Amino acid sequence: MVRGTTLTEKLQRSGFHISVAAAFALVLAPLFLVVWLSFFDNEILALPPQGYSLRWYRAIANQPQFISGLTLSIVVALWATVMALAVSIPAALALTRAKFRGREVFLQLLMSPLVVPAIVVGSALYMGFVEAEVQTGVPLTGSTLGFAMGHMLLVIPWCLRLIAANLVGVNQAVEEAAQSLGATPFETIRIVTLPLIWPGIVAAALFSFVVSFGNVELSLFLVAPGQTTLPIAILQYLQWKIDPTVAAMSTLQIVVVTAALLITDRFVSLSKAI
Amino acid sequence: MTAIQIERASKRFGTVTAVDDFSLSVEDGEFLVLLGPSGCGKTTTLRMVAGFLDVTSGTIRIGERDVTRLPPHRRNIGFVFQNYALFPHLSVHENVAFGLRRRKVADAERSRRVNEALALVKLDGYGARLPRELSGGQQQRVAIARALAIQPDVLLLDEPLSNLDARLRHDVRQELRRLQKLSGITTVMVTHDQDEAMSVGDRLVVMNNGRIEQVGTPQALYREPATRFVASFVGRGNFLPGKPTDDLGSFITASGLTIAAAHLRRDHDTLLVRPENISMERAGVTGANCFPATVEVATFLGSSFETTLRLANGDLLAAVAPGARATGATDWCAGDNVTARIDPEAASGLRAGAVDAGPAGNGIGRHGGRNSVPAA
Repeated sequence: MVRGTTLTEKLQRSGFHISVAAAFALVLAPLFLVVWLSFFDNEILALPPQGYSLRWYRAIANQPQFISGLTLSIVVALWATVMALAVSIPAALALTRAKFRGREVFLQLLMSPLVVPAIVVGSALYMGFVEAEVQTGVPLTGSTLGFAMGHMLLVIPWCLRLIAANLVGVNQAVEEAAQSLGATPFETIRIVTLPLIWPGIVAAALFSFVVSFGNVELSLFLVAPGQTTLPIAILQYLQWKIDPTVAAMSTLQIVVVTAALLITDRFVSLSKAI
Repeated sequence: MTAIQIERASKRFGTVTAVDDFSLSVEDGEFLVLLGPSGCGKTTTLRMVAGFLDVTSGTIRIGERDVTRLPPHRRNIGFVFQNYALFPHLSVHENVAFGLRRRKVADAERSRRVNEALALVKLDGYGARLPRELSGGQQQRVAIARALAIQPDVLLLDEPLSNLDARLRHDVRQELRRLQKLSGITTVMVTHDQDEAMSVGDRLVVMNNGRIEQVGTPQALYREPATRFVASFVGRGNFLPGKPTDDLGSFITASGLTIAAAHLRRDHDTLLVRPENISMERAGVTGANCFPATVEVATFLGSSFETTLRLANGDLLAAVAPGARATGATDWCAGDNVTARIDPEAASGLRAGAVDAGPAGNGIGRHGGRNSVPAA
């Protein structure tokens, strides 16, 4: 913030306010546009509106692939999140609390899905799953388990970074105090460390859920006929039609995610964890 | 019996030796203070006793038990941290109950002991609060209650007062002393503050470079420090390099003064004169150990003056003197001509270097008698 009353200071202050407003506009404009378009009466997505209606919300009900896609997206995102947390929490503890050889390599390995393009990860996973299926007979391609495992790779970097950052913020003397009072290392993690980084874990879970929920590139390789996620269902729908049904569906998504964020924030302060 | 025996403990971090062949026994019920500058290995020693650090070599015994390879949670120690380290997500009551829960103490008994511990540190009624709702001094008392509630074999305190402000620090250290005598628990405290160490410790251990410089009661360390390091760390002093006369009755300084002093040994190479053992009298007084001097600096401290005196041969001496009655005036002023009289009983010889180090006397300029103020 620029304080003061000289002309330069006033100009600098206005400049600051304008750039903040511009940044907000840039972030919110597409969201606003999607919500607005979803209420248009138009047959195709276009400006200006020819009137307003809720018919595109009703139209969602006639698109079964949207409903089943939404279900699969949620199931996959939940499983991916749970599995990623199960891997990331112990990994983050090891990375921040223990000194061992190859620590840096271990970290980079877990972070690598961020570096490798998702489309490459997707194709590699697909080939791997096919090969594994041929060898073992376990159906992986197109299965929810295979799907969730793929998405788990995608979200581990997010979980790991957030949880590790929160762990670094925990005063280690508190953990030592627990041990001096008779808590085993495992008890210390369970009753002291995890409660202290709880906001970070919740934030990590939310991030994972959202990242998995919105992913297209990886999912493209993992879907099976009749089993598709919402983003892919939308993509396929857009290949044939450009009516506001897609905008209505997206608005619903925005509502769901916003509600989830608001409810979570009431219980844990996410701003502290990120 | 819960004495602590540390036998030849060493700790190396890579090529750095933090604690070097350290042996010490702390007696049952004793309040022992490890004193030294930062980096001297005192905290490392304490953390090895607690089990937070493994010893590189050596043995640590608490009572009859050899705890050298025992993890901290099986040592039954109370540890108080510099930054309190309370569990921020638990109430004061639950913080104190933590160790009792780990020991599966039944509900009623646990509750009773928590309240007892809180009463001991005069925090009854604060059980429901969260740590962040307490002041620093209160948090530190919760930390002490938490450590004592488990009835540990020994209490270890790591710079427990250094995060408190000066006034509070004075109160809490009295409190600490009271609690320790009341519970009779064997206690080891680490500090770099000499006043703190002298006011609470039964015995002090002065450490330097990972080794023990001297062990003794506060009085012994103050009056007969073995080395210059100890003398400068415990109290203030004037250090005059030189050597004793053959009859060991006087000390001849490198700057040419002959000072009568009791308690000299042949291997002493430095004479220690505490500022309060130099009395200031009017100019012209003669007698044993009387030296004409000029006041260079005089600082009024309320109950006394802190002065720097320049002797005729150029030596500077720090002296503490009450009002200037000797000269008829009330205050000492720079430029006053006086006589400095050194109490021969209180001037003691010591060795400049470590007791077991090589030739001493290095690093002390030809102009002795600089006053040395320990690092705050």
